[in-house]
Amino acid sequence: MAGKTVAEKILSAHAGCAARPGDLVVCDVDFLMLHDVFAHLAMDGFRKMGGTRVFDPDRVAIIFDHSSPAPNRKTANIHALTRTFAKEQGVRFHEAGEGVCHQLMVEKGYAKAGDLILGTDSHTCTYGAVGALATGIGATDAAVTLLTGQQWLRVPPTVRIEFTGALQPMCLAKDAILAAIGRLGVGGASYRAIEFHGDWLAGAPLADRMTVGNMAVEMGAKCGITIFDGMKIAPDPDAAYESTVRIDLDSLAPAVAFPHMVDEVKPVSEAKNIPVQQGVIGSCTNGRIEDFRIAADILRGKSVKGRLLVMPASNAVLGQMADEGVLAVLLAAGAVLCTPGCGVCCGTIGGVPADGERVIATTNRNFRGRMGNNQAEVYLASPATVAASMLTGVISDPRDLL
Amino acid sequence: MAIEGRVWKYGDDINTDLIFPGRYTYILMSESEMADHALEDAEGGFNREAAAGDIVVAGKNWGCGSSREQAVKALKARGVAAVICKSVARIYFRNALNEGLPVIVCPEACDALADGETAEVDFRRNLVVAPAGSFPFPNYPEYIQGMVDAGGLLAFVKKQLSERGKMK
Repeated sequence: MAGKTVAEKILSAHAGCAARPGDLVVCDVDFLMLHDVFAHLAMDGFRKMGGTRVFDPDRVAIIFDHSSPAPNRKTANIHALTRTFAKEQGVRFHEAGEGVCHQLMVEKGYAKAGDLILGTDSHTCTYGAVGALATGIGATDAAVTLLTGQQWLRVPPTVRIEFTGALQPMCLAKDAILAAIGRLGVGGASYRAIEFHGDWLAGAPLADRMTVGNMAVEMGAKCGITIFDGMKIAPDPDAAYESTVRIDLDSLAPAVAFPHMVDEVKPVSEAKNIPVQQGVIGSCTNGRIEDFRIAADILRGKSVKGRLLVMPASNAVLGQMADEGVLAVLLAAGAVLCTPGCGVCCGTIGGVPADGERVIATTNRNFRGRMGNNQAEVYLASPATVAASMLTGVISDPRDLL
Repeated sequence: MAIEGRVWKYGDDINTDLIFPGRYTYILMSESEMADHALEDAEGGFNREAAAGDIVVAGKNWGCGSSREQAVKALKARGVAAVICKSVARIYFRNALNEGLPVIVCPEACDALADGETAEVDFRRNLVVAPAGSFPFPNYPEYIQGMVDAGGLLAFVKKQLSERGKMK
């Protein structure tokens, strides 16, 4: 019998039986994450089933990040109800401005290696970066887990994506994951677990692994687990993979995902000189200190052309940006600081582009209307490519700055 | 049990930002308000003209993208009787089950149906009936059928908890 992939191991452990691809199992869940917009829907479902106490308050976190701080009265009142529930139940709670749910789940240590984690957000897959099996669910599924601490799941086959070689100068983790998405397509790993392999990734910092894991869902994957040195639950050497895809980093150029699909990935040379009116550096994909250091190195002593929005993934990241002088560099270049959270990425608070405008962003989605205006275009890229483009006002190759 | 309705035809990778835009997702609204915004940013006349009983027919990877349950609720509130597709994204499938919106995976039927035609779905015989022919679709796995029979996930879990004290 073949060995197991990470997903098969974690699901077997949490279902209490040998879980093979295609099986439908009921699992014990280690942690449930709810954010400010969907928490109240989960609370409604919880009550509809007669729920009074959540399964384990230490294993539930409610995080205010999507529509926070509250932009209008209705949202504020929903937030108030959710705060009350969080307090009554004694769950872990993070107020508006503390950061994006996925960043906090990792920073606070709620997501741990070998865990099974569910969250009311499709980018819950981010915690594959710490070796957890983490996946997004809707509010009704969340209600069930909130009450029972369990959930039914189908065991996915695993696709192995192997990054060979090494990242070249000015090429970053974002370029690697965009290349993978361009190769597989937005449905290319639908219902699959992805394991991301390769020497680069095995020794890469957590920030890079989070960038990679974060975008697994953009290929339709259930989860995206990064394989790194010393990980607690590793794949068996004879694990059976449905397929293997190799992405060669030695020949990789900085990448841009063209509007309006995440898999419209082309080398930056094909995007050169497209005018952009707004840049965004931040989000759960690329909102960590490492990303802002790169941007600061490019923008130091210069001025941006156009509007650059900077959105740290947490207030801890923001504090570090301030301590290191990175924040001062970005502000001096003309950047505008936004609340640590999701607002700019999903068009809820701030940074909505005008009709006909183009945005270049380090975020993870560029579907039509994503940032709040269906008459605007969003290009996705790495922090280096976005920073280089804000120097010129047109999409630019960061390698030209070397 | 069978349904019959006008087909609205879509291609591959119709994401949940197209089905229910982000600019509405994070605003509290009633289900009838959601119905007004269904497929608002997608091509075609659905948003303006779709009526109760209509059927959405799509290509691969229907409902990819964000986990927003409104992408299901909006179609259900609009009266969409079923979605027939070549494949469906996993969070959308789960949300649809939980909201009672039938999502049928039947690639041959999708190829056979054109925009504006009438499609019929026979849930007892697991058949999609198109002008061009009849196409079978598979049963749900047993556990999922149990949920559907119980009237949805919440009703199913409530029943499981009272009978066994847990979900399984």
